[in-house]
Amino acid sequence: MPAAGRAPDAPGERVISTVLDPAVLTPLVVHTEAWINFDVGLLIDRFWANTINGLAYGSIYALVALGYTLVYGVLQLINFAHSEIFVIGVFGVYLTFLGLGFEPGALPNLPLAAIILDLLLAGVVAMVVAGLAAVGLERVAYRPLRRRNAPRLAFLITAIGASFAIQQVIRIVRGSNPEGTIRLLPPSPAFTVFGAPVTNLQIVIILASIAMFIVADQFVNRSRLGRGIRAVAQDPATATLMGVNRERVIMITFLVGGVLAGAAALFYLMTIPQGAVYNGGFLLGIKAFTAAVLGGIGNLRGALLGGLILGVAENYGQSLFGGDWRDVVAFVLLVLVLMFRPTGILGESLARSRA
Amino acid sequence: MIRRRIAAAGALVAAVALVLSGCANQGGGEQQGGGPAAGAPSQPTNAELPAGNGQGRCAPGTSIGYAGTIAGQNAALGIAILNAAQLAVDQHNQANPNCQVTLVRADTGGTPDTAVGPTTALINNPAVLGIVGLPFSGESRAVGPALNAAGLVNITPSATNPSLTQNGWTNFFRGLGNDAVQGPAVARYIQQRVNAQNVCVIKDDSDYGIGLATQVSQVLGPAAGCQIDVKTNQREFSAIIGQVQQTNPQAIFYSGYYQEAAPLIQQLRDAGVQTTFIGPDGVKDEQYVVNAAGSADGTLLSCPCVPQEGFTDFTNAYRQAFGVPPQTYSAESYDATTILLRGLDRGIADRAGLLNHVRNYQGQGLTKFFQWSPTGELTNTPVWMYRVQGNTIVTDSQI
Repeated sequence: MPAAGRAPDAPGERVISTVLDPAVLTPLVVHTEAWINFDVGLLIDRFWANTINGLAYGSIYALVALGYTLVYGVLQLINFAHSEIFVIGVFGVYLTFLGLGFEPGALPNLPLAAIILDLLLAGVVAMVVAGLAAVGLERVAYRPLRRRNAPRLAFLITAIGASFAIQQVIRIVRGSNPEGTIRLLPPSPAFTVFGAPVTNLQIVIILASIAMFIVADQFVNRSRLGRGIRAVAQDPATATLMGVNRERVIMITFLVGGVLAGAAALFYLMTIPQGAVYNGGFLLGIKAFTAAVLGGIGNLRGALLGGLILGVAENYGQSLFGGDWRDVVAFVLLVLVLMFRPTGILGESLARSRA
Repeated sequence: MIRRRIAAAGALVAAVALVLSGCANQGGGEQQGGGPAAGAPSQPTNAELPAGNGQGRCAPGTSIGYAGTIAGQNAALGIAILNAAQLAVDQHNQANPNCQVTLVRADTGGTPDTAVGPTTALINNPAVLGIVGLPFSGESRAVGPALNAAGLVNITPSATNPSLTQNGWTNFFRGLGNDAVQGPAVARYIQQRVNAQNVCVIKDDSDYGIGLATQVSQVLGPAAGCQIDVKTNQREFSAIIGQVQQTNPQAIFYSGYYQEAAPLIQQLRDAGVQTTFIGPDGVKDEQYVVNAAGSADGTLLSCPCVPQEGFTDFTNAYRQAFGVPPQTYSAESYDATTILLRGLDRGIADRAGLLNHVRNYQGQGLTKFFQWSPTGELTNTPVWMYRVQGNTIVTDSQI
């Protein structure tokens, strides 16, 4: 009986068995390891090192996330081209290094003061270039649409389009290979926290990022221009009636986002000297956007918190589950947070945070 | 005439030198790492060259294609192959006035998702009779069925995933040893020459990286207990480096491409991990050395590619045409292109004819003797080890 019942399936089975022929599959299947592991021991052993590295890398996420969050707060627009503004900043840093006469490959033999001065100069150039690029992007890609009252979907498409356009222009101008590594400041451990080394680079990055964040936060919450930004975020029509120049506010928002991305670019290139490549912003941009949503998009403090949490969680996840799970951890974390707090961890939007 | 004879005599001397150095090399096979370029072979006297006998005849407009990355991911590897193919076609056209072949370029971007469109354009171009490429395993898998259906012969100068020849494609030919040759060879090198009992195998998420890591791990057995994964385009490796430090291995094998290997080795060395680092052909590119900015020194790089510095005619012509010395897989691409051109010289004017020509081809190239099994694998497949020394990649030894 069972044999007769199974007979009609046989041809189908045969087809499947040819496709899944072990001889075809063997080279693809990895025998030596499980597809996921739960290495709690490694997680505990590496806890402090992962935390410190995660905080340093997360600060870069946070600085880029601020740009997403500011623009979203004011325009309810996800500026997908922000990752390219960041890449422009990275190239700003790199080209400044080249302009200063540094060559790819060897470590420069300069006194520390000179190196710090060069890094500062590169950072300023990157902030100016990225800030101007962000303003230019707004002029070219978004303002014409706003003039014509385009639907929100159109903005999203131009954002993605602008992102690709900038990326490909960089590729055409600078080629698709990463730029040769120029590293001014090699990391060296400064002190240890519970046995985990903290490098000079990480100290600089974490402190500078937090300083930048405080300045940005104070700017939005305390200054006159910041009040304008919040007013437009809350109610653009009324803000305009009350004498706030909406176009100017939007421009300044993009400028601030770009400047912060420029600073992030310097820290990124100091951490990852191979990062100057045309598509280098893609993954980082998505992660920064995730960080912004995680913390509560439209909320400056949310972006900082989201960035730091994401940076740390990625490292924990890699130790616990294995390196393959780096990106999965980031996005599963996002889904989990959004399930319980749909507006992100801090929830509040830029509009509602009153002075 | 006289010049030709001198050239022939020179080649003969070179061949004798090659044989002698080959013998010498075998004698000293045990000693680790000879001088740079010690074992590099010179041009075989009977090597088939693109120019042929100058009597080639073919219809005007006859074309072959290059499908591979030109500007996309890991583009340097693709450009080295494209340049060599172009050089072969140019030399051929110069020597054969009655057979002017065009090389049609299709930039696949180097990834499975982007390769299909450009390759389809080549398939739909009736003038294209054969293809050099595709360079990478992932993209080769993606476009393989379409190329096979079109009966368009393709010789890959660099895709090494073993499963590519196990799909029943009748048009796919591999111009080098696959990872089932390279992997075990590297594993034995790690066991016997590096003498490592405890190895970390780090692999990326590409077809190539996963396939090769499997081959290496299988031979290493329990010694490869430390298995670590990274992602394509990942540039920050602190968590992984922690894992390596925890294991404290005697050797690290990275199975992937140079784009990720360069930041990885730099961050490993920064973190104080001085373990012997071994990479495969996907890492063996000048870009790796440049992007690692000094950290790559001492790295070992395996490759089923044959050292090219001994092929002086080829390397000089390449350098003259492109301003840089030939890179990884240039010579393999030159050989593959030559094989296609030889068929066209015979007046073959359709895809089926050229496919048949390649299938039955037997001949010496610069890099090796070419004769394919029915599945498209070569019978003779040398694997070499290279070494980064003073910021350049030098030949270490055949393994």
